[in-house]
Amino acid sequence: MGVEEKLGDMGIVTTKLEDLVNWSRTNAMWPMLFGLACCAIEMMAAQASHYDMSRFGMELMRASPRQSDLMIVAGRVSRKMAPVLRRLYDQMPEPKWVIAMGDCASCGGVFNNYAILQGVDEVVPVDVFVAGCPPRPEALIHGVVTLYEKVKGDKFKDLVKESK
Amino acid sequence: MDKKLEKIVQALQESFGSSIEEFRDEVHVFVKVEQIVDALMLLRDKYEFELLSAQTATDYYPQMTPRFHVIYQLTSIAKNLSVQLRVPVNGDQPKVPTATRVYEVANWRERELLDMFGIEFEGHPDPRRILLPEDQEGHPLRKDFPLGYEEPQFTFNFDEIDLRKPYAKE
Repeated sequence: MGVEEKLGDMGIVTTKLEDLVNWSRTNAMWPMLFGLACCAIEMMAAQASHYDMSRFGMELMRASPRQSDLMIVAGRVSRKMAPVLRRLYDQMPEPKWVIAMGDCASCGGVFNNYAILQGVDEVVPVDVFVAGCPPRPEALIHGVVTLYEKVKGDKFKDLVKESK
Repeated sequence: MDKKLEKIVQALQESFGSSIEEFRDEVHVFVKVEQIVDALMLLRDKYEFELLSAQTATDYYPQMTPRFHVIYQLTSIAKNLSVQLRVPVNGDQPKVPTATRVYEVANWRERELLDMFGIEFEGHPDPRRILLPEDQEGHPLRKDFPLGYEEPQFTFNFDEIDLRKPYAKE
């Protein structure tokens, strides 16, 4: 069972470098450990044994932005918090991705007022929006898997162009 | 009204000529802006109202002038009483003398009122912002402050609004 059977005892695999890099990125994507509101509870539930997000290579929540690839914005971002969020994003090493979890992070949700940012895409570029108030753990995991699909399609030359 | 409270309210009426409102056993005593510190002093020292349990404000624009009521909710733990003082003030930049010399706890509450209503407290030891970000303009709890800043996008005007939406660049 598993990869040994398919490979036999050849000890060698051929693949494209791009595929290998993207495969390794998707299977060890470390999210940053922070939550802003009630969505964070669902994020914790998605991490815990019932839903077990580590099946998708996300067993490590890093408490430091310098060690993480993925920012899950779980909750509403107040306008006072926005510069802090941007600073955390800037401290993450490339390549990095952002998931806006829940309605508040995606578009402000029910809070259309002076205090709440109308979607985190005003301060950081977002890859995947997850709808729900709050989204169920399945929905978050679906968002993560959707992000994996996106990352698997990444081309080196596009990434180089982007970073310039 | 509570019998013990009745005497205190009468004393307030005699010294400050205040009017009274009652709502479900709660007493609101209206005090003029220049008398508020004296009224608080009197209640604290003579009638044992040792706690300023809340200090807030309400904006009654456009129904009422003066538009703001600054509200002091006082509690007497010794006598198990509570009374509310209200100070009506008007104008775009209303000024009220600070209560920090009577109740130390008024310090942060008055800073909050400065933030949210733009009510200035004269003689406040530390009149800085407390809640809002530094670049916030206007006072959000005033009734003439706009409710939100996002325009809802529908199918017919999606692209038009999308053009002027703020998006993050890398």
